[in-house]
Amino acid sequence: MKRVQIMALATFAVLALAPLIVVSRAAAASPAAQSRPKPCGFVTVAAASDLTDVMNEMAASFEKETGCVVRVSTGSSGNFLSQIENGAPFDVFFSADIDYPKKLESEGLAAPASTYLYAIGRIVLWTRNDSRLDISKGLAALRDPAVQKISIANPQHAPYGRAAEEALRKSGVYEAVKGRLVLGENISQAAQFVESGNADAGILALSLALSPALKQQGRFEAISEDLYKPIEQGAVVMRAAPNPRGARIFLDYIKIPTITALLDRYGFALPAKAAAGAKP
Amino acid sequence: MNWSAVVLSLRLAVSVAAILLVVGMPIAYWVTFSRWRWKFLVEAIVALPLVLPPTVLGYYILVGLGPRHFAGKLWQSWFGHTLPFTFGGLLAASVLYSLPFAVQPIAAGFDGVDRRLIEASWTLGASRLSTFFRVLLPLSMAGVVTGLVLSFAHTIGEFGVVLMVGGNIPGVTRTVSIDIYDQTQAANYDVANKTALVLLLFSFLVLAFIYGTSRRALGLWRRT
Repeated sequence: MKRVQIMALATFAVLALAPLIVVSRAAAASPAAQSRPKPCGFVTVAAASDLTDVMNEMAASFEKETGCVVRVSTGSSGNFLSQIENGAPFDVFFSADIDYPKKLESEGLAAPASTYLYAIGRIVLWTRNDSRLDISKGLAALRDPAVQKISIANPQHAPYGRAAEEALRKSGVYEAVKGRLVLGENISQAAQFVESGNADAGILALSLALSPALKQQGRFEAISEDLYKPIEQGAVVMRAAPNPRGARIFLDYIKIPTITALLDRYGFALPAKAAAGAKP
Repeated sequence: MNWSAVVLSLRLAVSVAAILLVVGMPIAYWVTFSRWRWKFLVEAIVALPLVLPPTVLGYYILVGLGPRHFAGKLWQSWFGHTLPFTFGGLLAASVLYSLPFAVQPIAAGFDGVDRRLIEASWTLGASRLSTFFRVLLPLSMAGVVTGLVLSFAHTIGEFGVVLMVGGNIPGVTRTVSIDIYDQTQAANYDVANKTALVLLLFSFLVLAFIYGTSRRALGLWRRT
């Protein structure tokens, strides 16, 4: 009995101490990362979830170039809007819907006239490679009764969800598929629902369909841009930004050709091109 | 205020409480009276949801029971669809997630009953089942009611699992807590405010009811 108790105690001690050791090693490693030169300090960025991968690349390239450190939070634009309205300490907000930065400007929460149209998002019909769905028919393919669940972002507050619903309505399939829609809290979750196979098809951001995680898993069909209003995406500097200088440097940085090329590679239409009517 | 979400949450919570009443009592009975050496392992498993973040359960339901894994494929071949995005899925997740909230107060109630009364009943010829219903249950009613009310209330308050596996379908998986989240995201603060206030009052009333009626059972529950 005693030996059992000692063993139990030893097991407990190991289990309890192991995380502590891991944590202390991580803590020891982080000051080194923070001690590199940072001319504009930490820039805290709130980014719409369609930007997840491209923002990490943008941030990495910015950090390498300037020595500043970017901290990225990704999530739904609607959630960020309401967090910022209630005092969230972000420096820059990359919204998937340009109306949100404009709203923040009009509320005096963003620096006046700082909203910058950085890209125009596009939506695609996406399905896994192992699905037999013929997506080349476009949204009409969703009429197939084998499609039990269709994942889109929540149209109530997610710009990509609004575009998806609009495209479904305009192509006349909305009534037929309404009962089969499942709503992701943001476009990343909508992607996750269909990527995990729990939904059979999804209307996702092109940027996510092109991301490494989804590219290998499935195929997509572009949805005609005549079917939905352009998803104009705006970035804005917060008026209460803890690091306004860093925020401005970052917002200027993303206008350089390397970054716009990166956005282009992730399937975002660039404002200048879109204005010229060019389609890739 | 979104009444279909309120009705859905109530339907879910009533179902969870009913299932846990039936499932929780045998487990609580076993936990209280078993002398099995490894009983503590079962107790630890039952208590897991108290510690685990809802995201862990959400992850396993979504991915582990998803159609890409064996268990999910099996499930799909039996029921024709996977667990996420269905009322049944929420129900299963909520039952697991509220299990300790039912089992622990009920077990504490059983534990509080004088063993001599139970043994007296046995020696007088009553069967174990009859002893359970005529001696044990009436004497531990406070614990049972607490378990019932807590599992009901905990289900109303559930958010993380539902957000991860629900898919936000009106009338099917859009519960009150999800509705508040949605309204906040959409900056409909008026609606969010009303619903939040109703939930706040509701939760307060439930807890006041428990503390008011079964102080003894809840005290025991805290001690275990």
